[in-house]
Amino acid sequence: MRRFTFHRFWAVVLKEFVQMKRDRLTFAMMIGIPLIQLTLFGFAINSDPKHLPAAVLNADSGPFARTLVAAMQHSDYFEFTREVHTEDQAAKLLQIGAVQFVATFPEDFSRRLLRGERPTILLEADATDPAATGPALAAMRSLADAALDRDLRGPLARFKANTAAVNIVVHAHYNPENNTQYNVVPGLMGVVLTMTMIIITSLAITRERERGTMENLLATPARPLEVMAGKILPYILVGYVQVTLILIASRFFFHVPMVGSLPLLYAIVLLFIAANLAVGITFSTLASNQLQAMQMAFFFFLPSILLSGFMFPFRGMPPWAQWIGTCLPLTHFLRIVRGILLKGSSLGDIAPELWPLALFLVVAMTLGLKRYRQTLD
Amino acid sequence: MFPLPVTCIPGSPPMSPPDSMALGAHVIDVSGITKRFGDKTVVNGINLQVDRGEIFGFLGPNGSGKTTFIRTLCGLLTPESGSGTCLDYNVLTEQRQIRAHVGYMTQKFSYYEDLSIRENLDFIARVYGVPDRRTAVDKALDRLGLAGRSHQLAGQLSGGWKQRLALAACLIHSPQLLLLDEPTAGVDPKARREFWEELHRLAAEGMTVLITTHYMDEAERCHRLAYIADGTLLAMGTVGEVIASVGLTTWEVSGPGLARLAESLRKCDGVEQVVPFGNTLHVTGQDADRIEAALRPWRTDPSHPWRQIPSGLEDVFISLMGRSSDKLK
Ligand SMILES: Nc1ncnc2c1ncn2[C@@H]1O[C@H](COP(=O)(O)OP(=O)(O)OP(=O)(O)O)[C@@H](O)[C@H]1O
Ligand SMILES: [Mg+2]
Repeated sequence: MRRFTFHRFWAVVLKEFVQMKRDRLTFAMMIGIPLIQLTLFGFAINSDPKHLPAAVLNADSGPFARTLVAAMQHSDYFEFTREVHTEDQAAKLLQIGAVQFVATFPEDFSRRLLRGERPTILLEADATDPAATGPALAAMRSLADAALDRDLRGPLARFKANTAAVNIVVHAHYNPENNTQYNVVPGLMGVVLTMTMIIITSLAITRERERGTMENLLATPARPLEVMAGKILPYILVGYVQVTLILIASRFFFHVPMVGSLPLLYAIVLLFIAANLAVGITFSTLASNQLQAMQMAFFFFLPSILLSGFMFPFRGMPPWAQWIGTCLPLTHFLRIVRGILLKGSSLGDIAPELWPLALFLVVAMTLGLKRYRQTLD
Repeated sequence: MFPLPVTCIPGSPPMSPPDSMALGAHVIDVSGITKRFGDKTVVNGINLQVDRGEIFGFLGPNGSGKTTFIRTLCGLLTPESGSGTCLDYNVLTEQRQIRAHVGYMTQKFSYYEDLSIRENLDFIARVYGVPDRRTAVDKALDRLGLAGRSHQLAGQLSGGWKQRLALAACLIHSPQLLLLDEPTAGVDPKARREFWEELHRLAAEGMTVLITTHYMDEAERCHRLAYIADGTLLAMGTVGEVIASVGLTTWEVSGPGLARLAESLRKCDGVEQVVPFGNTLHVTGQDADRIEAALRPWRTDPSHPWRQIPSGLEDVFISLMGRSSDKLK
């Protein structure tokens, strides 16, 4: 008897498809979860945050600092609620979250500006939520130039040639990696895939056992690899549907730039989906009922979402957490997706993240096949 | 010794199996099969030979190990000890080959409730690689009278129809051996009779059948049967042989006040079972002399006529059941 026979594999595939079709609720969830998550995360991202509380530490006696503060206020991004006089006070306000920004103008700001010395504005931001601070920070430079443009007239007009009359220094506190909004939506692709793929497949074999159909399946000549691969294939397609939904939404609703190659991304998604499905199937062979399988899936999902760099900047985590994160497929997939979509990485660029994914898939699949019991013992 | 009872059910008397037995090869030939769960021995050294074309009945009380034994035969459980062959394949090492040629009907319905009847049959046919699948599925549907409802979900079928579907499914790849675990539980008498007619037809064509049941009438339709209790084979043979081997004596009495009579009879030495049968009582014991002595005081009463009758299969099994539980104590 040959090891892998197509007709038996195909029998399982067709059966899974029909069962998927019949299980309307689960199917709706598989399509619904990415949409709901996108809406939830996307809402927070998409709302261009305005009127963020800000404090000013103004040591300047001249007019220009005031001009700039007024312009910032006018832009609607900044809402100056406090005036502070010491750096300690400013730091304290940021620390407790009373303000999102502190703008510091040095003592001789106006004088140095007139001398053409490009004085420095220090803009400190609480970047725990980069989605919030990003747009304001991005707007700052053009805002400063436009404001000064109006004031530098007559004899001062000569400074206009020098496009940057002031030097803006941004200090992002609490999130030095500055995960911007664009990081979140592509990352969501990995999170959604991890969640749905693992949960759905972890139920796959457990369900057969719980409903008693396993005894029959085992009594047929179907081999473990045929059953597992047959159960995985339909969900790979579901995964692709999810990916496509997310990409469309990212492009058209959240305007995430996509500079890299989509075919490359689609090819690599296959590896990631398969890795997750293999984990799910392995859980499925370990769990003795569907509840256990769900618990295992969540046990895997939580570190994935917390330690992969999706929630917290990876380099900000302690070494042990980074070490766990490195073992998770989501960590590598996030880097790949962000690399391809945002930086236009090529296959060569992402190779260092690719082989860990492949290794993970092989290990999970082997474990699953080993654990798949061919008898009822 | 009394003449052997001929308690055949009208309609389908057991025909003798076709003489393909002359081939000499047993379809099932196992010895010393033992299966333990933890420290509990569920199947205890069972030896069994079943020939081609034979319908072999497997009987025993709940939890006696029937299902477990069948599972060891088709490779779903690995026995701790014992050896043998099933369809000339080794039950310990060639389980995969056995599975391809055996139709196993599980005790609990184990097809997909969220697939339709046709989809279930189609799946099984594909998995076994049945040639000309569509025709095979259609034929299976027709033969079992399921053609009209082939698009109904299996989960919506009544118990009896589920059983029929299961039988259709385990026949679809034309197996050489059928292992049927209580296939007629919950099936109405007419469907049950049709089912047995079908089994006998298949057997006449050379199919071998091992079937478990709790129904006495079904036991009597088997060519041969075995009785198992606590994992041990206690009796084996044709219906007549099994009854003879246990050697019971049964008396029948009729008349007034049978309920009170039964009470007093149960206390008598040598009386094992007192069972009401309509307007009569059946009184059974193992030792012919002792039971005759015990009954002597009552036999003088003219209002209660007594006569000796052949023991039934049920009397035999209940007696065997009592003995094995005595032994346990
Ligand atoms: N997987 C298992 N693990 C532990 N014990 C088991 C397992 N399967 C069966 N048993 C035990 O083995 C014994 C025999 O069970 P089995 O199902 O073979 O009985 P059976 O003769 O088929 O009974 P029934 O007539 O009720 O179907 C029972 O005591 C049962 O509890
Ligand atoms: Mg049973």
